[in-house]
Amino acid sequence: MLIKRKQFLQVGSLATASFMLPKFLKAFEKPMMVPAGNKVVVIIQFSGGNDGLNTVIPIRNDIYYKERPKLGIAKEDVVQLTDEVGLNPALVAFKDLYDAGSLGILNNVGYPNPDRSHFRSMDIWQTASNANDYINTGWIGRYLDAQCNGCVQPTQALEIDDILSLALKGENNNGLSFKDPRRLYSISNEKYFKDIAAQNHKGEETVDYLYKTMSETLSSADYIFQQSKLHPTAETYPATGLGKDLKTIASLIMSDINTKVYYISLGSFDTHVNQQAQQKRLFTELNDAVKVFTNDLKKNNRFQDVLMMTFSEFGRRVAQNTSGGTDHGTANNMFFISGGLKEKGLLNALPDLADLNEGDLKHKVDFKDVYATVLKKWLGADDKLILGKQCDYLNFI
Amino acid sequence: MPIPNRLKNQHLLWRAGFGPMAENAAGLDNITSKQLWEVLLKTSSKEPVKLVVASNVVDGLEKGVDDMVQIEKLTKEEKKAIQKQSREDLKTLNLRWMDEMINSEAQLREKMSFFWHGHFACRIVNIYFQQTLLDIIRNNALGKFSSMLREVSKSPAMLQFLNNRQNKKQHPNENFAREVMELFTMGRCNYTENDVKEAARAFTGWGFDVKGEFVFRPFQHDAGVKTFFGKTGNFDGDAIIDILLQQKQTALYITQKIYRYFVNEKADDVKIAWLANRFYQSDYDIEKLMEAIFTSDWFYEEKNIGIKIKSPVELLVGIRRLLPLTLQNENAQLLFQRALGQILFYPPNVAGWPSGKSWIDSSTLMLRLKIPQIMTANEVISIRPKSDDDSMMGQMMENKIAEKLNKSYSDKGASAIVDWEAVATIFKTVSRENLLPKISDTILQTNSRINTVLLLTYLNNESRENYIKSVIINLMSTPEYQLC
Repeated sequence: MLIKRKQFLQVGSLATASFMLPKFLKAFEKPMMVPAGNKVVVIIQFSGGNDGLNTVIPIRNDIYYKERPKLGIAKEDVVQLTDEVGLNPALVAFKDLYDAGSLGILNNVGYPNPDRSHFRSMDIWQTASNANDYINTGWIGRYLDAQCNGCVQPTQALEIDDILSLALKGENNNGLSFKDPRRLYSISNEKYFKDIAAQNHKGEETVDYLYKTMSETLSSADYIFQQSKLHPTAETYPATGLGKDLKTIASLIMSDINTKVYYISLGSFDTHVNQQAQQKRLFTELNDAVKVFTNDLKKNNRFQDVLMMTFSEFGRRVAQNTSGGTDHGTANNMFFISGGLKEKGLLNALPDLADLNEGDLKHKVDFKDVYATVLKKWLGADDKLILGKQCDYLNFI
Repeated sequence: MPIPNRLKNQHLLWRAGFGPMAENAAGLDNITSKQLWEVLLKTSSKEPVKLVVASNVVDGLEKGVDDMVQIEKLTKEEKKAIQKQSREDLKTLNLRWMDEMINSEAQLREKMSFFWHGHFACRIVNIYFQQTLLDIIRNNALGKFSSMLREVSKSPAMLQFLNNRQNKKQHPNENFAREVMELFTMGRCNYTENDVKEAARAFTGWGFDVKGEFVFRPFQHDAGVKTFFGKTGNFDGDAIIDILLQQKQTALYITQKIYRYFVNEKADDVKIAWLANRFYQSDYDIEKLMEAIFTSDWFYEEKNIGIKIKSPVELLVGIRRLLPLTLQNENAQLLFQRALGQILFYPPNVAGWPSGKSWIDSSTLMLRLKIPQIMTANEVISIRPKSDDDSMMGQMMENKIAEKLNKSYSDKGASAIVDWEAVATIFKTVSRENLLPKISDTILQTNSRINTVLLLTYLNNESRENYIKSVIINLMSTPEYQLC
């Protein structure tokens, strides 16, 4: 039991020894206790279809300003990255990450025959299916199926939310969703539940499913709660939804938990009307939480091993609509944040606004290539098995 | 093995309503399901009374005003106050409707309305519009789908929610047209992107006035020629709806959804095709469709019983129907709805609530198992569900609502005073040794049962009433009770 021994070491010898260490040496303690090389992915879903063009802004593109006379963000207002590219004014901390070489921006990500319905396109992204295929398992769920065969604690993928997303539902394994480790633990720690869950059950399919979920929850709840208490983060996170979620994740990343994938969502980015205020509010929440989170990881020497990535179910139309917003579009950009990026900054060219498909961006990179890259190069998983085909790999990690 | 009458009748009550009620549960051995269906039909035949919670008409009308120009005239504080009041009123409407589901004898009507409430999913914080939409749905729940579709499509709630006020001749907004086809009538893959564009043109000019009444604005309408489903003409919105109703696919799509919801998630294509055809021939008569389902033999087959995961609202209402209780804090029900993933009037997205296994994950399952104890045993539990604004179609719900709910919840708890005497009368003729199996047959719809030896160690033998009480609470706190 490697994990237990490690915990013992931390609590036992190091804790007592630390009495005698000078203060400056204590700073080195914690990083040494965290397992190195344990790669983790944190996925942030922008729900509702984030407007990519007002996220990564082509500040020298006349077409952009022509199509968005009211909604276009002026060059002097953006957070400028290069002569041609600016970020949404709310993403100040992303500029610091960019300067430090910890931010990658991939443009024009999408898929052929894009669907403009929220839930369908979200399903496509979450299941990693083609636009005309229907799959009822998610790509992370299938990663669990491939990875987690017979594993003791089904905690390899955690979603910090009340509702488990399709992305984390596999054929035989589900990710686990909870809002707060303590709440999950307190509900699960009851003898009656443990007793009926221990009953040898053979029933109708749905009954079995419920019992399986129950047993897994009971065994995992205790494990997650114990892990969450090992190294609670000392940083002050913003008191927003995302701030709290990233705080929970930070504490778990600093522990010995076997979690490889964390999943959270932010929204709604469905800005048909009054886009500017809504996107600003959400990006401010994102910016402030990510800033503290990345600093926290850096201080604890974990930034190298953590990859954050963002996505949305689609981008939005190039042209603004008449209600101060934008309608559903197609291809979009993704952010990658990590101390371990191999390629940094702008990973490819900005969208070509002169070459549109009925007013929408054409995709240049299939999002399944991104998944394949993350699965293979970051998580060391069998991407071909999980995605059902051989995709092309990208080079940012 | 033949299926006992009680099981069949409970099956009908769970699917066509919200489960057996304490005062009627004892009599379920002695009538046939056909007779029970007649009762359900009769008790739902009356026109429902509109649920009105907007403080007064003027107030309601004022909230109905959502014209951008008029909104801009209001100060920030005024806007905030209106939103806040609307949100409060929506909570009241939520609880009022839940009361109907629990106590109304019109079980069939309320259950159908609950289904249509998910079908015609609409998430806007405007109490006046929401209560109008609910009224349309409850009035038409057993009537003609064609009438309901038209009324819903012309309701200010839906026109606002799906952005049809922004759909103008010069700048068509496709949201409304797309969702009418994708979600209300045909289902995906049964129309082209061009159909969406043409329908959007036809719906231009559909809006509503300051009083929340539907209006057609000719100057915003694109009166040009459109081609839709192979037909060409100067179509307006009504013509589009007519063409959609002419498509047999619409009857098929609705019937599929109804079959999956009321019978079995695993679709039986042959039965669905047969039902859909009748539905189409009857000019979309919902009551006839439901009668064909609930009076068929196959509905009562073993494979259809006890296999459907109750939605959160079905679970909560079902508990309250069998256990007559007075909640110390009605708002606790809102918190349960939220934590379990189904808040009335706040569907997750335009597609309404998903169903089946998607209700179940680690945290929702554990809370479901805990709820009977929380309600009946005075247990306090702290839940802090996050704002699920992420799928709110851009309309924000105040983040604070979760915290506030949670606060009022932990202040007062979710405990309830159960009328155990009324519950005990269900079983008054049952001998002590038969109590456990009898209660088990009343509470659970599944084949699977809880191990008796294990259960006995958790039962309270102090008195007959305590025994009944502990059997019920323990049985309700099981995976089996999640099914109906």
